[in-house]
Amino acid sequence: MNSERKVVLLNITKSEYKAMVKSASPNSHYGRDIFLAFVIGGGICALGQCFLNLYLLLGLDEVAAGAFTSITLVGLSALLTALRVYDNIAKYGGAGTLVPITGFANSIVSPAMEFKSEGFVLGIGAKMFVVAGPVLVYGTAASILYGLILWFFHLY
Amino acid sequence: MPKRIGKYTVELETLPAVAGFAAVVGKKESEGPFGSCYDQCHTDTTLGQSSWEKAESLLQNEAVHLALKKANLKSADINCIFAGDLLNQCISSTFGLRSLDIPFLGQFGACSTMAQTLAMASLFVESGAAARAAAVTSSHFCSAERQYRLPLEYGGQRTPTAQWTATAAGAIILGTRDQYKTAGVGVQAVTFGRIVDFGIKDANNMGAAMAPAAANTLTDYLNDTGTKPTDYDLILTGDLGLVGSRLLEEVMQRNDKDIRPVHRDCGLMIYDRKKQDVHAGGSGCGCSAAILCSTILQQMGAGKLRKVLFVGTGALMSPTSSQQGESIPSVAHLVYLRS
Repeated sequence: MNSERKVVLLNITKSEYKAMVKSASPNSHYGRDIFLAFVIGGGICALGQCFLNLYLLLGLDEVAAGAFTSITLVGLSALLTALRVYDNIAKYGGAGTLVPITGFANSIVSPAMEFKSEGFVLGIGAKMFVVAGPVLVYGTAASILYGLILWFFHLY
Repeated sequence: MPKRIGKYTVELETLPAVAGFAAVVGKKESEGPFGSCYDQCHTDTTLGQSSWEKAESLLQNEAVHLALKKANLKSADINCIFAGDLLNQCISSTFGLRSLDIPFLGQFGACSTMAQTLAMASLFVESGAAARAAAVTSSHFCSAERQYRLPLEYGGQRTPTAQWTATAAGAIILGTRDQYKTAGVGVQAVTFGRIVDFGIKDANNMGAAMAPAAANTLTDYLNDTGTKPTDYDLILTGDLGLVGSRLLEEVMQRNDKDIRPVHRDCGLMIYDRKKQDVHAGGSGCGCSAAILCSTILQQMGAGKLRKVLFVGTGALMSPTSSQQGESIPSVAHLVYLRS
């Protein structure tokens, strides 16, 4: 009822206004965004490959080298977040910096930094997973589901 | 005494006088087009404080102190202060002003707070409830981000319609006309806005959510007073940004009220939108407060602007309402300043 009154007043219906908003709002530069995500995300993956080759060269087996690669990328991302650099790369990288494991590290370190002012327990401890939490919850749930399916097919 | 004209507007016959005003801003704002107009510019975003909330409180405290100093008054001379900000329970205002010992009335109007507090203060002075009253508000980019959005260092991308919360505070001291007979600027009328909701849900497009509220209040005022947009030197909205300003102008045009020749928006003034990477412009209580309490009132004092309609716009959502999928109700309050 309330909205009906406004419609009469401003001579505009809600749906007309939505169309006006759409044409007045600038769109994202999809071409540029996709290109940058590809280059920067690809760059992070290439860097990971470099580390992997390095660790293999140093004599680690494939499983250990893979784990060390992840650890290195996570460590680097955490460091760059702490140095207030990662978000500046992500501004251009978009999904390119979000999707790799470095984005996950950033999503945990950044709230830990942000909520330090509320103390170690109610700040860092309670808020550290405020961004990454859903990924952990649904990631774990999905892996249980996957495990069950795998178990079911292995029965036969 | 305040006199109601039309349905929504209140006229102030004595023209309560602007006795002093001040704006305090952060680094990014000081690098904007009006950097030289502010009373104080901070180069350190933390203002030397241990939390962003403390930094914002200090901004507000400094704005009031500077405005008092410029009005040649002490805090004891003020009968009442109207203050508000964006943080939960308005803690920037309460903590920032607790040392001032002035009767305090907290206000929440989101980004319309400067217009709301100024309108309230002018009504108090006009009615004789206060000989001198103050209006102040602030916002801080970092404290707003952590409450409304994501941690500062989180690597995300802002949409082109997003606005940048200004790190700024503005304060105005009003006094009765008897005390300030020669004061250049006064408040002649106020219109309190109704809540308008056109169903916009995108919290990254607040300009679009607020534009109908601005159009509604502005139309109310023009209808009540029987005036037209070009009767004024400036219609100053804050802070619709790029998208909201376009929409407001379009909505007004549809209602046969072309405001384009006299319309400017604080969100589009505070930053150099192209150079400073602020997407659709500035926002936050401090944005319109800083623009009004610097260049606008300075120009009015100098007689370059005489009739200004200041329309503060606020998006009345919270992170909870956004997460629950609610649309964004908005409000706009109008203050007619005359010199």
